[in-house]
Amino acid sequence: MARAVTPRRKALNTAISWAVGLLIFFPILWTILTSFKTEAEAIADPPLFLNFSWTLENYAVVQERSDYMRFLWNSVIIAGGSTVLGVMIAVPAAWSMAFVPSRRTKDILLWMLSTKMLPAVGVLYPIYLICIEFGLLDSRAALVVILMLINLPIIVWMLYTYFREIPGEILEASRMDGAGLKEEILYVLTPMAIPGIASTLLLNFILAWNEAFWTLNLTAANAAPLTAFIASYSSPEGLFYAKLSAASTMAIAPILILGWFSQKQLVRGLTFGAVK
Amino acid sequence: MSLKRVLGATTALTLCTAAAVAQDTTITIATVNNGDMIRMQGYTDTFTSQTGIGVEWVTLEENVLRQRVTTDITTRGGQFDIMTIGMYETPIWGANGWLVPLDDLSAEYDVQDILPAMRDGLSHDGTLYAAPFYGESSMVMYRTDLMEKAGLEMPDAPTWQFIREAAAAMDNDAEDINGICLRGKAGWGEGGAFITVTANSFGARWFDEDWTPQFDQPEWNEALSFFVNLMNDYGPAGYATNGFNENLSLFQQGKCGMWIDATVAASFVTNPADSTVADHVGFALAPNAEGVDKRANWLWAWALAIPAGTQKADAAKQFIEWATSKDYIELVAENEGWANVPPGARTSLYETPEYQEVPFAEKTLQSINAADPTNPTVDPVPYVGIQFVAIPEFAGLATQVSQEFSAVYAGQQTVEQALEKAQAIATEEMEAAGY
Repeated sequence: MARAVTPRRKALNTAISWAVGLLIFFPILWTILTSFKTEAEAIADPPLFLNFSWTLENYAVVQERSDYMRFLWNSVIIAGGSTVLGVMIAVPAAWSMAFVPSRRTKDILLWMLSTKMLPAVGVLYPIYLICIEFGLLDSRAALVVILMLINLPIIVWMLYTYFREIPGEILEASRMDGAGLKEEILYVLTPMAIPGIASTLLLNFILAWNEAFWTLNLTAANAAPLTAFIASYSSPEGLFYAKLSAASTMAIAPILILGWFSQKQLVRGLTFGAVK
Repeated sequence: MSLKRVLGATTALTLCTAAAVAQDTTITIATVNNGDMIRMQGYTDTFTSQTGIGVEWVTLEENVLRQRVTTDITTRGGQFDIMTIGMYETPIWGANGWLVPLDDLSAEYDVQDILPAMRDGLSHDGTLYAAPFYGESSMVMYRTDLMEKAGLEMPDAPTWQFIREAAAAMDNDAEDINGICLRGKAGWGEGGAFITVTANSFGARWFDEDWTPQFDQPEWNEALSFFVNLMNDYGPAGYATNGFNENLSLFQQGKCGMWIDATVAASFVTNPADSTVADHVGFALAPNAEGVDKRANWLWAWALAIPAGTQKADAAKQFIEWATSKDYIELVAENEGWANVPPGARTSLYETPEYQEVPFAEKTLQSINAADPTNPTVDPVPYVGIQFVAIPEFAGLATQVSQEFSAVYAGQQTVEQALEKAQAIATEEMEAAGY
């Protein structure tokens, strides 16, 4: 039986939620604000919140110094390509684990997840050498494949969880109606799991967008995405906070906007199956 | 068709092809993000119009760049035709045969004009492997107004004892002014570099001639204890996490009486656009302990090197000759003023009357000249390098040691405990490496 929530408690919950939300969002807000300050205002003490002379100069400098669109385009291709490829491989894999499990399915799932525990730097040299061998250094193709492999365990796990929520009887019924494996996955299972697949796509797109180890280590001039764009504004000697903030804002803006518009689908997908 | 015409057509075709090849050549340069390097990127078109060689830049944060170019050069990945590397990597990589020797630079380039300390630090066995784009040492930057108010006068070459006295006099809690700001941040190139040069100036050293670590010697205890007491008494709160950038912000905000750090900071703290104390900054040589003839100043250069295995070594060499030439310095001076030219690389720069008028030029040169990477400590050592030891194991080892020291700065352990751990770490690492 659901517990009655008093208006007072509801107001308190709302206030706490807003406070936590603002706390989490504050670093991003501060970065955005700093990007509109001069360098002197960016390091002012006490910090200036809104009472500073707003300027777009940092954005102009960043735009003049870097080819933002090239970095952006690389990010879109790498994050989008790896996510789509990953989902194409993960859907059949998750289907078989969810609907035709074997004795070892759970072990395989756990093993897949355990590959995420390996520090990336541990395989940097082997992967670098493979890329040299196949002429794939500084190519988007290599990063699409590598980021797909890195995120594949998460994609399979997420889809597996969603598929488990779908009654097997529906698939059985489609089989009785003459559907083959392809039709069953494409026309029956996939449409029913659209919210789950959408949230998986979104989450993995964000993960691939933010991935900064492989994208920095395997790229140079041609395939460098926005992570490399930000890295070019960081410096141990002579950091320009306002310009770095402008570069960061430009790098996170696309994903922030995407996340903002798809937040309902994200939350729905992430909490799917959480309440029995 | 006459022979003349055939020859003429052939020559024209050859020239066209050569021009097309030249225009098709594009070199990729990996570099760090600092003011001088970014400025150079802005002049790339000048180089391209002179030579027909295109340039692609890959700019990365220093530590990311170091990892990135190390991976590429050790695997011969061939991603870069020119790498920006420092004084630490150059002799090691040169010895390994990973870099193209720069022993055939043109006469106009005038390699002898490069400051001797820089040339030595970027060579191995007398062969130059990287050309310095800019060089730096470290020095004292202090607030002339606060010093005057305290009734003190900064000597040209102060001792640590004077620095402590001045810090005590300038420290003012009511006005939120720290007597002194120094690096405490863990990392071999951050706090590790600073405490190493401080130790040099107290007569300490990392290793003796047999590569035995020396942290159990009294000089290290004296140096580290002095630093910790000075900073605990007159330094900013939380200095254990302060590096160059944090101290630069503090100094620019007028919250430090003194700051001892890279000479390159001088142009930042005297720039009125960013610094609130631009008109009140004086300079002095880095200090030493009384009776010790080594000062706490380091030597560093960002230099351009060509990785062995590049297919475009000739074009790369052309770029290096252009970017580190006297002409490039004049090009920058003409467009942006003498205070903005890359410092610390060429002797002729310091002989230029216009540059001698730049307020920090003289002390920068004196600091660089006072640094001797081949003879960095009071007692003899088997290594080259002042704030580092030019062996491949140093970066990892010094980062661990500096983490122990930072734990002292944060009040998590005593000086004795940190030195004991440093000795154990260094002994184990060096034995494992076969020294």
